[in-house]
Amino acid sequence: MSRMKGSIWRQVPLLVWLVVLWLFLWDQVSVLSIVTGLVLALLVTRVFYLPPVELPDRVNPLGVLLFLARFVFDLVRASFQVAWMAIDPRRVPTSSIIAVQLSTKSDLSLTLTALAVSLVPGSLIVEADRQDDILYLHALGTETPEDVEQVRAGVVAVEERIVRAIGSRDDVRRVNMSRAERSLPPLITGRRQSAWESRHPIVPAEQYTPEGGYPE
Amino acid sequence: MTADAWFEVASAVCLLIGALLSLAAGIGLLRFPDALSRMHAATKPQIAGLAFILLAIALEQRNWATVSTLFLVMLFQMLTAPVAVHMIGRAAYRTRHLRRELLLTDELADVVDRASQDLATDPAARPE
Repeated sequence: MSRMKGSIWRQVPLLVWLVVLWLFLWDQVSVLSIVTGLVLALLVTRVFYLPPVELPDRVNPLGVLLFLARFVFDLVRASFQVAWMAIDPRRVPTSSIIAVQLSTKSDLSLTLTALAVSLVPGSLIVEADRQDDILYLHALGTETPEDVEQVRAGVVAVEERIVRAIGSRDDVRRVNMSRAERSLPPLITGRRQSAWESRHPIVPAEQYTPEGGYPE
Repeated sequence: MTADAWFEVASAVCLLIGALLSLAAGIGLLRFPDALSRMHAATKPQIAGLAFILLAIALEQRNWATVSTLFLVMLFQMLTAPVAVHMIGRAAYRTRHLRRELLLTDELADVVDRASQDLATDPAARPE
């Protein structure tokens, strides 16, 4: 029973989002548009059933804003860089296929990182290793090994910004651990984070849920 | 100049930037050497290009009905483009539509080699 209740609550954000989408399409908020939106949302989620996304247990609004601002900046800057590479008559850019080891395990963080990296021109995801959380990306305009390292560090930074914004407590701990290995200060510390960590021991990767969530 | 005129100018500038980015995407499609590099040109400057053109329309029209629809256009473009890029890029890599001599490094090749060797020596490792 509690399992069923949980699954209904987990669908609420998706239903609300689908209704908002419907209202945007109709460009008007009325009883009729809300009711039809709700009926359609329920129908769509029943007919095209997808496994629920594991939503994070924390959200940092400032982190979300920082991530979005930086994302738009990167998108515009990289667009002009790639556009210039396309018309620069002196040379054709050299590319690389780069493996980037991520530190989080959750589906949501991996997907969002891949999406953000993929949208920024100059890098596209060729392959994703879900088991070991490695993204393989094709990067345009890497003339030297230093450029390759710069792209790698850039992807890790994107992941860290996403985790700061909407990473789960487990994502935060994994990022902090990976930063400690590189002798960097932790991304986020705090009373609630340490309280969560003291109650949830570190578990091996095999014990994570199929969605990459911390096994409760 | 009136406020309306300023909006017109801003809209025209955005339209031009968007058009130039799309033009560069087209040139890149012709000039880049292999399928994977062309994917960058085919999909990426176009995202910013589309964003600038949608911004131009929003600045020109300035009402919520239009802006909300433009928002949806941008959102779905941003959600679907990476998936399309990933699928085509992955297929291009697997069918070897890339010029390895133009790559600085290929960190995926070792992994693929190792996986094929595992398959050759241990048929049980073959995915079904």
